[in-house]
Amino acid sequence: MTKQRSGGLGPQNSTAYRLKKEYLGRGAVTVCGILIILLTLSIGIFLLVKGTGTFTKYHHSVWEFLFSADWSPMDRADQGGGTVGAAIYICGTFLTCGLALLIAAPFSLAAAVFMTEISPKTGSRLFQPAVEIFVGIPSVVYGWIGLTVLVPFIRDVFGAKMGGFSVLAAGIVLAVMIFPTITTVSADAIRSVPWDYRNAAYGMGSTRWQVIYHIVFPAARPGIFTGIILGLSRAVGEALAVAMVIGKTRAFPANLLSPTNNLTAAIAADMGNSADGGEHNLALWSMALLLFSFSMLFIFIIHRISRKGRDRDKA
Amino acid sequence: MKKFVTLLLGVTMSLGLVACGGTPAAQTSSQPSAAGSTPTAQAASQSKVTGSVTASGSSALLPLVQVAAEDFMNKNPDCSVTVNGGGSGTGLKNVAEGAVDIGNSDVFAEEKLDATTASGLVDHKVCTVTMAAVVNKSLGVDNLTTQQITDIFTGKITNWKDVGGPNLDIMLVTRPTSSGTRALFKTWALNGVEEASNSALETDDSGTLMETVESNEGAIGYVALSYLVKDTKVQAVSIDGVAPTLENTYNGTYKVWGYEHMYTKGDGSEAAQAFIQYMMSDEFASNIEAMGYGASSKLSDTAVNSHK
Repeated sequence: MTKQRSGGLGPQNSTAYRLKKEYLGRGAVTVCGILIILLTLSIGIFLLVKGTGTFTKYHHSVWEFLFSADWSPMDRADQGGGTVGAAIYICGTFLTCGLALLIAAPFSLAAAVFMTEISPKTGSRLFQPAVEIFVGIPSVVYGWIGLTVLVPFIRDVFGAKMGGFSVLAAGIVLAVMIFPTITTVSADAIRSVPWDYRNAAYGMGSTRWQVIYHIVFPAARPGIFTGIILGLSRAVGEALAVAMVIGKTRAFPANLLSPTNNLTAAIAADMGNSADGGEHNLALWSMALLLFSFSMLFIFIIHRISRKGRDRDKA
Repeated sequence: MKKFVTLLLGVTMSLGLVACGGTPAAQTSSQPSAAGSTPTAQAASQSKVTGSVTASGSSALLPLVQVAAEDFMNKNPDCSVTVNGGGSGTGLKNVAEGAVDIGNSDVFAEEKLDATTASGLVDHKVCTVTMAAVVNKSLGVDNLTTQQITDIFTGKITNWKDVGGPNLDIMLVTRPTSSGTRALFKTWALNGVEEASNSALETDDSGTLMETVESNEGAIGYVALSYLVKDTKVQAVSIDGVAPTLENTYNGTYKVWGYEHMYTKGDGSEAAQAFIQYMMSDEFASNIEAMGYGASSKLSDTAVNSHK
């Protein structure tokens, strides 16, 4: 490479040759890369412009949007005067995702340990592919199964009042959806813990569980956290499956068996019908902006974790 | 690389073709386009229409427009009609921007657009849609008064025993606040009183709603009559003793109905006009009724006047 660039003679250095072998490919890749960056940026700017309309055009306070539960925006172009408190939706998002994480994380970690440490052969031959297939199942399928199996089950077994549509149903559906994400990323992290660590621990007389618990887990922690946050961000952004089982009731849930609503389901339910540029419409855009900021936050955290992990490895 | 360039060229060219196809080459031959919303233009559907028509909007109207589009294209093989959903707000916005030829809406354009934009659109009341409250078959309730139904949907009455049913909690299944169906039900069934959203399940999908009502004994919701034509798994509720039927809608005794609108920007392209005329023609009216919608032309004066 360096030799060619240093400018010797011969056909390899003709402009046409270099154009074909070097610039064309590089140019295409650069253009595509820049396009993607521009696309991401413009989505961000678009959301920022649309999403701040609630506060600039209709003069609602951010405080009201985030913490008030009073939601009755006007649905007419260029007419304000309603209220845009989205606290119920925000709370619904946190509750369902938190519950999903509580359910999925232990199972995912156990599965990751099983397929890497306990039974690596079955793990790589059977378990890993199975989990990867799970990732590819469209969310509507999860939602549908949730609606036809889980929701009636919750109604009949727990006697949920609103027909089984509940925080619990949404949490379980989300948990199943994020389980493969957390599992695969954690498994990769555990696999990448150097064997020397384990051997050293075994050499000192540790049992396998002691090795897993005291050596492998701490060493793989950044990767495991990354997996959990990736799972969380998938849960936060999931609309369809949640919308089908959460009930979409505009109230804080009294308990796990009560229905509520969340950000994504509320946006999906009203985006097509609300008047463009109206208070309702812009409030939905603000909710979209909020979701966007959540995912930015998650990405930021992941970067922090991986940088910390690198720093520690160097030390 | 060559392949890539070829591909790129191909894509550009096909895009160009699509764009060209989009320009309405509507030539309804000698037809002097019976403009306006007169449903008498039978002739328009006999002469061949060419060009393309795009429509988007109301999901309540979508099934009917899709059937109409198919019939229309069979009769006019040189005309293509593309119909999308998206909701009334989207349909109105699209037609106002000129992105589609026809915007389908459950509500008047004035309710969703600002006055200047709305004034540029022409309203075609292609049909009516009748809403019926539905309950579970095993509940044993098939009639409610307006007052009872209002109290139920505003959360004042929470048990069926208060309206003559069994001792069972009422489970409300309603629509999102921006829904045209909800607005219609609020105006004509609940006397304009806002529903209690904090104790109701919400869904914009009538299929899901029917499913929920069917599988929960205490559930009550409301759907368009078009969903009750084939499906008798739920019980339609009479209001003040009047059953939700097309007949009662036409003669003006059942009042929970509204117009379904198709908006064009100005008079619209000739192909779009021809399509709307076909939808409002007597020829298509039987299809409208078979699908559970009402033909605007059959409304009695009592009915028309009650909804002015």
